[in-house]
Amino acid sequence: MSSNPQLNANGELQHLLSTEGLPREILLQILDTAESFAGVTEREVKKVPLMRGKSVFNLFFEPSTRTRTTFEIAAKRLSADVINLNVAASSQSKGESLLDTVANLSAMQADVFVVRHASSGAPYLIARHVKPHEHVINAGDGRHAHPTQGLLDLYTIRHYKKDFSRLTVAIVGDVLHSRVARSLIHGLTTLGVPEVRVIGPQTLLPAGAEALGVRVFHDMRAGIKGCDVVVMLRLQNERMNGALLPSAQEFFKHYGLTTDKLALASPDAIVMHPGPMNRGVEIDSPVADGPHSVILPQVTYGIAVRMAVMSIVAGN
Amino acid sequence: MTKLPDAEALLPGLAAELKARVTPGTAMIGLHTGGAWVAERLHPMLGLKEPLGLMDIAFYRDDYAKEGLKHDPKRTRIPFEVEGRDLLLVDDVLYTGRTVRAAMNELFDYGRPKSISLVVLADRGGRQLPIAAQYCGAQVDVPAGMRLRLKRAADGKLSLELEHVE
Amino acid sequence: MKILIRGGRVIDPASGRDEVGDVFISDGRISGSKGKAERTIDARGLVVAPGLIDLAARLREPGYEYKATLESEMDAAVAGGVTSLACPPDTDPPLDEPGLVDMLRRRSKVLERARVYPIGALTVKLAGERLTEMAELAEAGCVAFSQANAPLADTQVLWRAMQYAGTFGFPVWLRAEDRWLAHGGVAHDGEVATRLGLPGIPAFAETIALGTLLQLVRATGTRVHFCRLSTATGVEMIRAAKKEGLPVSCDVGIHHVHLSEMDLGYYDSHCRLEPPLRSQRDREALAAGLADGTIDCAVSDHTPVDEDQKQMPFAEAEPGATGLELLLPLALKWGAERKLPLATTLARVTCDPARILGVQSGRIDAGARADLVVFDPAQHWRVVPEALKSQGKNTPFLGYELAGRVRTTIVAGNVVYEA
Repeated sequence: MSSNPQLNANGELQHLLSTEGLPREILLQILDTAESFAGVTEREVKKVPLMRGKSVFNLFFEPSTRTRTTFEIAAKRLSADVINLNVAASSQSKGESLLDTVANLSAMQADVFVVRHASSGAPYLIARHVKPHEHVINAGDGRHAHPTQGLLDLYTIRHYKKDFSRLTVAIVGDVLHSRVARSLIHGLTTLGVPEVRVIGPQTLLPAGAEALGVRVFHDMRAGIKGCDVVVMLRLQNERMNGALLPSAQEFFKHYGLTTDKLALASPDAIVMHPGPMNRGVEIDSPVADGPHSVILPQVTYGIAVRMAVMSIVAGN
Repeated sequence: MTKLPDAEALLPGLAAELKARVTPGTAMIGLHTGGAWVAERLHPMLGLKEPLGLMDIAFYRDDYAKEGLKHDPKRTRIPFEVEGRDLLLVDDVLYTGRTVRAAMNELFDYGRPKSISLVVLADRGGRQLPIAAQYCGAQVDVPAGMRLRLKRAADGKLSLELEHVE
Repeated sequence: MKILIRGGRVIDPASGRDEVGDVFISDGRISGSKGKAERTIDARGLVVAPGLIDLAARLREPGYEYKATLESEMDAAVAGGVTSLACPPDTDPPLDEPGLVDMLRRRSKVLERARVYPIGALTVKLAGERLTEMAELAEAGCVAFSQANAPLADTQVLWRAMQYAGTFGFPVWLRAEDRWLAHGGVAHDGEVATRLGLPGIPAFAETIALGTLLQLVRATGTRVHFCRLSTATGVEMIRAAKKEGLPVSCDVGIHHVHLSEMDLGYYDSHCRLEPPLRSQRDREALAAGLADGTIDCAVSDHTPVDEDQKQMPFAEAEPGATGLELLLPLALKWGAERKLPLATTLARVTCDPARILGVQSGRIDAGARADLVVFDPAQHWRVVPEALKSQGKNTPFLGYELAGRVRTTIVAGNVVYEA
């Protein structure tokens, strides 16, 4: 399988499955389009009629209120009709296969499928089987990718830092299981960020991480030194008590972002987090609520970025 | 072959016409890209109190289903209250009227203006919607298979040009 | 029937014979002298070789008849030139009862296609807890004992099972994989799995288990055949073990000498295999190990899976590839790439597996069983579902053109397949 499944024959974006393999021009196109939409969300009438008559189906095989809600808001702001399918509860449990579920929805005139699934690669399988006018947006597949999150992180960084070519970015925490980290790393390297670091204990960093184009640090104080952007990843509960980590307390002591660790970063460093935050585990409140934190703006930009992605793919 | 009017020469005439009609609260909005260029030249000539607004109609076009989000959208910035205001909508070339229709739809999502007057540098006829310009620099005949475009040189000089449609 | 196979290039890897000549069959055996032929097969321009012996082919009976049937898979076997095959015990129910083994043997005998050698379950239900009645199973026809792909984590049980098998001189066939290190993994733990976000099985899951098993071989003296080697280090460990004189042998899945983790592409679930496709370095070591004989033979690891089970996200797809009809062309491709004499290539799928299986087939000499294949090494064919007799169309080689087409397959002196 050689051709990029995300691009159509004209090299335009038809599905958004991963930031990996997206040409630089398309990444920038998405960020620039999101810029235009940012204005829409600030005015009284927050809608544009662009996708009126189009249907966006939220196919969430993994439950998620936050991401699903932002996609819903984004779609509605484009005047699209939104159908939410909490598939986790319905057809899958009846044993219907993934492709059968998609085929049934296809028959209901879908234009865009926003898909979240626990298995890496599921959106690729769907994209191989949808009709030409149907588009797939990956809202998170297993530990592989969460491209809209990666894009809104890139948008946020661009908003505060402007120039990617001079930045040092650190991603801290459970990179092994993080689709957010992978999507951000691919985007950063494509846009020419000279130094991307991952910081975490060995148990939470993937095999061959350097092959992704990052520098690996196990010592957070060393890794955070001089960073312009610090991205904290969420540590899920199940990781904390198994064979990967002994406890949340020990993790916080060595890898949690506190004011004194942040002081080692660049003086105007920004702190990001994909949310939801575990205060006291990966980040403490003074930092999360402090002047370096851009965590709340990230959420706002998320809507503009998703509007951009939807309107670009649905028009190609 | 019709001789094209000199874009620069049209501006003082338009400005004079407009100056006679503007009210203290009148505001101007230029449509990206050509209309914005014209508006940037007219706005200072009229001494309007409100800063210039710039609008991109990318999200209001009626050809999204066919063309997609082709044109690189720029950000719409309207630095004044639209509600209850006399507006001057400025575009470079008036043709089918669809751009103006989209612009008006977008404007109404910002508020309910008191009035909208359309200012164009050139009107090439060929209307497909019941749209008319209140202020027009010149009428231009465009031969079949050609398109009338406004160009801006590096030094800012505006000029009207014909080019072939692919 | 008396059959004359005339004018073919007769290759008998066991004896080193490689020349144009005739082969005469009489009473189900290769005859030293010629007689009056009732049937003549024109083999000019073709190769005449011993029938292929495949040490791992799943026939899906009993229990998985919806995936494939004995008939279809036996048709596939002879269409692929395979005249003897060993089938792993992971049927449903597993081959842990003499009655099941007996039924399988009788069913396959009736079909009069390839010879079927059932491998018996080492533990009851393959659960890794209690030993099976190996002597009874051997009497019913089992030639070795195995866990197939089921883990046997309890080393105490493993040790005792090897001791017990060794008591009777039964060989034990095992795939070396540490159950805990492999747990949850679906791909080789390396760059590709990291990029694709797939849970990985590290190479040391195989080598740690291999180390344990080799120590148990030293302790028990039981003959062990290691199935489906997948790592470069594993090849080195076997090489050292053989040098030491341990009673070990091993095989490799024919797919693993051609493909690596790079072939997963955008989650191609046809590449979801057990063991996983590993790095390029591993692949190269396996291909070289098969060439120098450290790896004794290549197998198809034939596993028919229906498309529904493959059209799933990678981690959820059922592992396995169809292979009976691809063993010959893929072996030829491997041999050509390594510039080996055709006799060496064919040895790895004929006399070498015969030796492991402990059977008399795999040779063309007077008095030997007339299990033969006549094939055209230069005929190209496209791997498409219609070209396969197996009900399993699941192969990473779909759409490829391969060289090597079987024309005639003979088992026990009977023509059982003709193209």
